[in-house]
Amino acid sequence: MTATTITDTPRHRPLESRSAAAWLLLTPGSLFLILLFVVPIGYVLLLSFTEPKVSLDHFRRIFTTPLYTSVMINTFRTSLIVTLSCLLLGYPLAYVIARRNDAVSLIFLTLVGLSFWTGFLVRTYAWLVILGNRGPVAATFGVLGLEPPQLLFTSFSSTLGMVNILLPYMVFALLSVMKKIDPNHMRAAASLGAPPTAAFRTVFLPQSLPGVVNGSVLVFTVCLGFYVTPILLGTPRDMMISQLINQQIEELLAWGFAAALAVVLLAVTSFLMILYNRFVGLDRLWG
Amino acid sequence: MSFDASAGRAPTPVYLRLTDVVKTYDGRTNAVDGVSLDIRRGEFITFLGPSGSGKTTTLMMIAGFEALNGGSIELDGKDLARSRPYERNIGVVFQNYALFPHMTALRNIEFPLRMRHFPKSDIKKRAEQALALVGLSRFADRHPRELSGGQQQRVALARGLVFDPDLLLLDEPLGALDKNLREQMQVEIKRIHREIGITTIYVTHDQTEAMTMSDRVAVFSGGKLAQVAPPLEVYNRPANRFVGEFIGDSNFFEADVDPKRPGWVDIPAIGPVRVAEDHGRLPSQGTIDLLVRPERIKILTANDGDHMNALDMTIDALVHYGDSVLAIGTSRGRPLRMRVAGTPPAELKEGARLRVGWAPQDAHAVARS
Ligand SMILES: Nc1ncnc2c1ncn2[C@@H]1O[C@H](COP(=O)(O)OP(=O)(O)O)[C@@H](O)[C@H]1O
Ligand SMILES: [Mg+2]
Repeated sequence: MTATTITDTPRHRPLESRSAAAWLLLTPGSLFLILLFVVPIGYVLLLSFTEPKVSLDHFRRIFTTPLYTSVMINTFRTSLIVTLSCLLLGYPLAYVIARRNDAVSLIFLTLVGLSFWTGFLVRTYAWLVILGNRGPVAATFGVLGLEPPQLLFTSFSSTLGMVNILLPYMVFALLSVMKKIDPNHMRAAASLGAPPTAAFRTVFLPQSLPGVVNGSVLVFTVCLGFYVTPILLGTPRDMMISQLINQQIEELLAWGFAAALAVVLLAVTSFLMILYNRFVGLDRLWG
Repeated sequence: MSFDASAGRAPTPVYLRLTDVVKTYDGRTNAVDGVSLDIRRGEFITFLGPSGSGKTTTLMMIAGFEALNGGSIELDGKDLARSRPYERNIGVVFQNYALFPHMTALRNIEFPLRMRHFPKSDIKKRAEQALALVGLSRFADRHPRELSGGQQQRVALARGLVFDPDLLLLDEPLGALDKNLREQMQVEIKRIHREIGITTIYVTHDQTEAMTMSDRVAVFSGGKLAQVAPPLEVYNRPANRFVGEFIGDSNFFEADVDPKRPGWVDIPAIGPVRVAEDHGRLPSQGTIDLLVRPERIKILTANDGDHMNALDMTIDALVHYGDSVLAIGTSRGRPLRMRVAGTPPAELKEGARLRVGWAPQDAHAVARS
């Protein structure tokens, strides 16, 4: 688009050959995307209204059967809770890391980074141990002579696990924006008569909002499609949509219906992304 | 120890008083190392010094952003130590302006008024006046990113002034502007200072800026004050060699005071030269540094009497500035710089050997540190 519009200069030939080289370099990546993304997604789309016969029955079923609508609602509710929890925990954390330039901020950053680099499967299993019958939580209750509550395989444990896994994403999204806020702004605000809380509210918070939006969109969309953690830590009673998809395939071999569910999930995620791109810009999602 | 008369204490009533102010960041070295300075009400004082000499740190302590490790700062007789930055009534203009990007120019300027709970009707009136003062009334609704560097600078200035602060602090406010705009803003800042008469501390490492704008210049060196004096005095009678070399172009000669010949010093390899008694009281003996500004040196003619200190100068290079020529050369192997104003005379050529000299009162003697 840019290279080919500059044709009125004598230098347009090298530019064109340069853009040819660029296309060549893009080929492996494009092939990769087409083979692993476009083709499977297209196939799923196709399945959703052709398997076992051409109709929109699957979609009608999804939106009219109470069981399935409740799974959808639960998926959204859980994603919302996880997003808000990540925001509430992540904002102060990111604030401290961004604003302080000392050992404290380094320690926090290291902890967040470590948990980011520890795979989510490892952390999910860690929660199985921590919340399990012979884990430290149960032991603490035992020492106090109390009956340990059922923590594992509840929507609480599944939410906790997801918050734990997604918190680093939220923190990094917030950090990338907060780090760009000029520290002199808070000094300027103080010199202009703003006490710390007012300075935070009027100067820091508004400038950090893009990070809040970025982090929330990121966490929410990842959460919508979360599978492993809810299945390992959660309960089938509070099923998320990806668990339902899996169940349809593994237990019922209902490929068409599973595909329709996946299409709904994809549509919702895409809709969110389009909204986000409209108002913020997708390029800012990664800092 | 120093035999220069200038000192930090001002004769007229003091408005801002810094007493033995010390700041250390790492606990080992002092970023600010015992600064004492009195500033009069309405004065325009410049902190001048090389990068890292402690100017910003001193400013930040006055504003309240950095705590003192020693000494005290008093504003109008009250110790500032106990008041938080937002309780002080001090306007600060930062080098990168620190304008709030999510607010328009007008909202930025209204910010201090809202934070200080000015009456609603007052806020609008004052903010508009401040915008007019810096000539930006038409740009009230623009965001900082829609303004040029110079315009952002003006908004920052208006924001720092709009709430009638007791003190205005500017930290290298023109550092990011190009030369023409910088000169324009220098004039503007001086005009505003004249119009509202606010006590102003202006930090810069640009000596020209310090010379042209200030009532007094405080020269920083390694966290200490090297000299505090009006610009011309700092230029003509620097307190020590550092100040003389930092401000303006200079020739420094090491010279020995001859106890048996008052009014004369001996420059090794060049010989005895006369110095005027009133230009720096000379110690009775020992080694001093003799400063002769390049523009004080001139090509001697037959008409010049023998009261001039005369040298032979070999010209190695000429630098043409248009309004003057700088001749770089040597005299008996020692480097020497001479600046000739106007059109250079015909004999001033590279490779030429000329008789040059200066009047005794044009030299300035400082103690060796
Ligand atoms: N926040 C800081 N932390 C540690 N050292 C600092 C800090 N700010 C300044 N310094 C050090 O203090 C000294 C004085 O710095 P500064 O006041 O910024 O000088 P100037 O403004 O004259 O360039 C320098 O050596 C600088 O490295
Ligand atoms: Mg500085």
